Amino acid sequence: MQKIRTISDLEDIRESILQDKDSEKTIIRLCLSTGCRAQKSLKVNEALENEIKKYGLQNKIEIKKTGCHGFCEMGPIMVIEPANIFYCNVKPKYAGDIISETVLNGNVINRLLWKDPLTKELTKTEKDFPVYRKQRKNVFYNSGKIDPTDIDDYIAAGGYSALGKALATMTPPEIVKTVVDSGLRGRGGGGFPTGIKWRICSAAPGDIKYIIANGDEGDPGAFMDRSLMEGDPHAIIEGMIIAAFAIGANQGFIYIRKEYPIAIDHLSIAIKQAEECGLLGNDILGTGFNFTIKIDRGAGAFVCGEETALMISIEGRSGIPRSRPPYPAFEGLWGKPTVINNVETFANIPKIILKGADWYSSIGTSTSKGTKIFSLVGKVRNTGLIEVEMGTTLREIIFDIGGGVRKGKRFKAVQTGGPSGGCIPISRIDMPIDYDSLKDAGAIMGSGGMIVMDETSCMVDVARYFINFLLFESCGKCIPCREGLKQMHHILTNICEGLGEKGDIERLEELAHFMMATSLCGLGGTAPNPVLSTIRYFRDEYDAHIYDKKCSAGVCKNLFEYVIDAELCNGCTICKLKCPEKAISGEKKKPHSINPLLCIKCGICFNLCKREAIRVK
Amino acid sequence: MDIEKVDRILEEHEYRHSAIIGIMQDVQDIENYLPEETLRYISDKLELNLTKIFDVATFYKAFSLVPRGRHTIKVCCGTACHLAGAARNLDQVERTLHIKAEETTDDRMFSIETVNCLGACALAPVVVVDEDYYDAVKPGKIEKILSYYRSESER
Repeated sequence: MQKIRTISDLEDIRESILQDKDSEKTIIRLCLSTGCRAQKSLKVNEALENEIKKYGLQNKIEIKKTGCHGFCEMGPIMVIEPANIFYCNVKPKYAGDIISETVLNGNVINRLLWKDPLTKELTKTEKDFPVYRKQRKNVFYNSGKIDPTDIDDYIAAGGYSALGKALATMTPPEIVKTVVDSGLRGRGGGGFPTGIKWRICSAAPGDIKYIIANGDEGDPGAFMDRSLMEGDPHAIIEGMIIAAFAIGANQGFIYIRKEYPIAIDHLSIAIKQAEECGLLGNDILGTGFNFTIKIDRGAGAFVCGEETALMISIEGRSGIPRSRPPYPAFEGLWGKPTVINNVETFANIPKIILKGADWYSSIGTSTSKGTKIFSLVGKVRNTGLIEVEMGTTLREIIFDIGGGVRKGKRFKAVQTGGPSGGCIPISRIDMPIDYDSLKDAGAIMGSGGMIVMDETSCMVDVARYFINFLLFESCGKCIPCREGLKQMHHILTNICEGLGEKGDIERLEELAHFMMATSLCGLGGTAPNPVLSTIRYFRDEYDAHIYDKKCSAGVCKNLFEYVIDAELCNGCTICKLKCPEKAISGEKKKPHSINPLLCIKCGICFNLCKREAIRVK
Repeated sequence: MDIEKVDRILEEHEYRHSAIIGIMQDVQDIENYLPEETLRYISDKLELNLTKIFDVATFYKAFSLVPRGRHTIKVCCGTACHLAGAARNLDQVERTLHIKAEETTDDRMFSIETVNCLGACALAPVVVVDEDYYDAVKPGKIEKILSYYRSESER
């Protein structure tokens, strides 16, 4: 690794890295991000390495260990250059065939291609995927393409040229103005204009200022920050250095959840490499500007995603939020002016600097600019990470990109924004997605989690789930949040257990409005959103739980029974054999039945029955 | 815990009060929990009030003041996993091991933890034992997963 001393050095080094690249080499890009690693992509890597050694092709084939492609469910994923053949569900035992057939003979192995579940068509390359067609990869562009643990790879892909441009040709006020004009809004959820935050902080009095990247992605169901940190860590670092230069900060922090070990690892490596290259440290690129970055690991507290709590956690205390104002831009970490942005926000910065504010603001809607990464999960056919232009409709996201609901079930709702968000029903599916339309629908953008729900999802249970989640995560400092959540949880649990009574819905609404008006921080202030949005759109389900004592989704255990459809049951006996409570009886090849007194509704038989003869009643 | 190891950790963090979370994380990475005598030692060395250390140790969910089992079973209860049936998986783990979430079996073999989201939502519902991920877990698979670790420990 060479030391980069000046801006022209950077360009020379980029040239030399590109020239050193052996264009004769076949490159296999293998995803080693959390999703693929969970599906044993490390074993695939090992098997491939062994095969390459066996053929003595170490000089001809290179395995590039990349970050996420976004299509996690089909992992482990690999792309073989130069034809960009896209293989999914790769197992170690296929390594031999991949080398001998595809790499050496150029033959595509059909069983490793993705097959469209609807049309049964095989897809050969990434750009042929229906999943990728409506996407616009802007921030997520490098992930899956470069080796995140190799700074040369990032530099070869044009990395750090935005930093070069900013330091060489722009003044700090010009950088701030570019970010303001781009219309970029915070990607962590709040949606506050990033440039305005920077402007306030740069104007705040004081010599010592800080930059913090928030990678404490606590929203359950969202993992775009994790994938970004794992797959393209230098983009975040580059964005942070530019921000530091713009506001006059010399110290930065990245706060990462401890549940993301690979993200911590990759960012630590990236920081070390940037230091060795002279892109972090003293006299960056010979401009006299100094900046260092330190990583802080979270310790499992959701509330630390809230900016004031996060800063208190970095200070080494219990992460309990404080009231704002003063805002962190005036009085942040250790009382000094601080810019705190989400990691995805920082990853947007290099492109904005390189391509300009006009380019960026031409993407998206009138109030929300650029692209946004969403994690599309739940009961949707194609799950994973997607990046789309702001203003794309929910229908395009869920049906065109996501392929619709799984197993031919009916779409019920999509939950956005994590525990502070809400559930959006079918009636609003043609809504273009941006910060304001989501707020209008009773949800929020949040960090970008989208969880699709079908007819087997109970909306009262979903509301209870989020309230339960927040109840455990509330820091307990202010009474509306601490006690309000407890009461809401109590009422919702009663409803789910069949003890709901008239007036419960009104009590929930009253509590919700009280909490929204009086809670100290965003956690309590937005906590009622899941309850209010489910009441608003799915009141009939609440009524069915309270008055008819029925949960038609088959989730609330006291409010349904499993029954076997005698016409569909062929008496295979598998359910009888697997029932832990011996509640199922019947003879071989004759319809079985369930004794409701013994059944504990564990759901084992329901999941096992291939004929779908077990139903919810 | 070995005093030398604690000293090394404290040195790495330059004896800063603000690094207490990182210090305790490093201790727990080695010991699997936070032994009281170690916390007392840290309190003395840093000249940081013990109540402040306990405040932090009890606030953050990642810290444990009691020893944990040899194998940790993390049942992800994030939204995607919840919708896919995480609660039933948790029920089944609890029933099989005869302990509740956040508890440890008497033989110190297993601890059950619930986690809010592991960011592996596309593979829901996820159960992680130590470092091994199990995706699309159904209640019927739990017994088999656990018995693998039981027999592995006997070997």
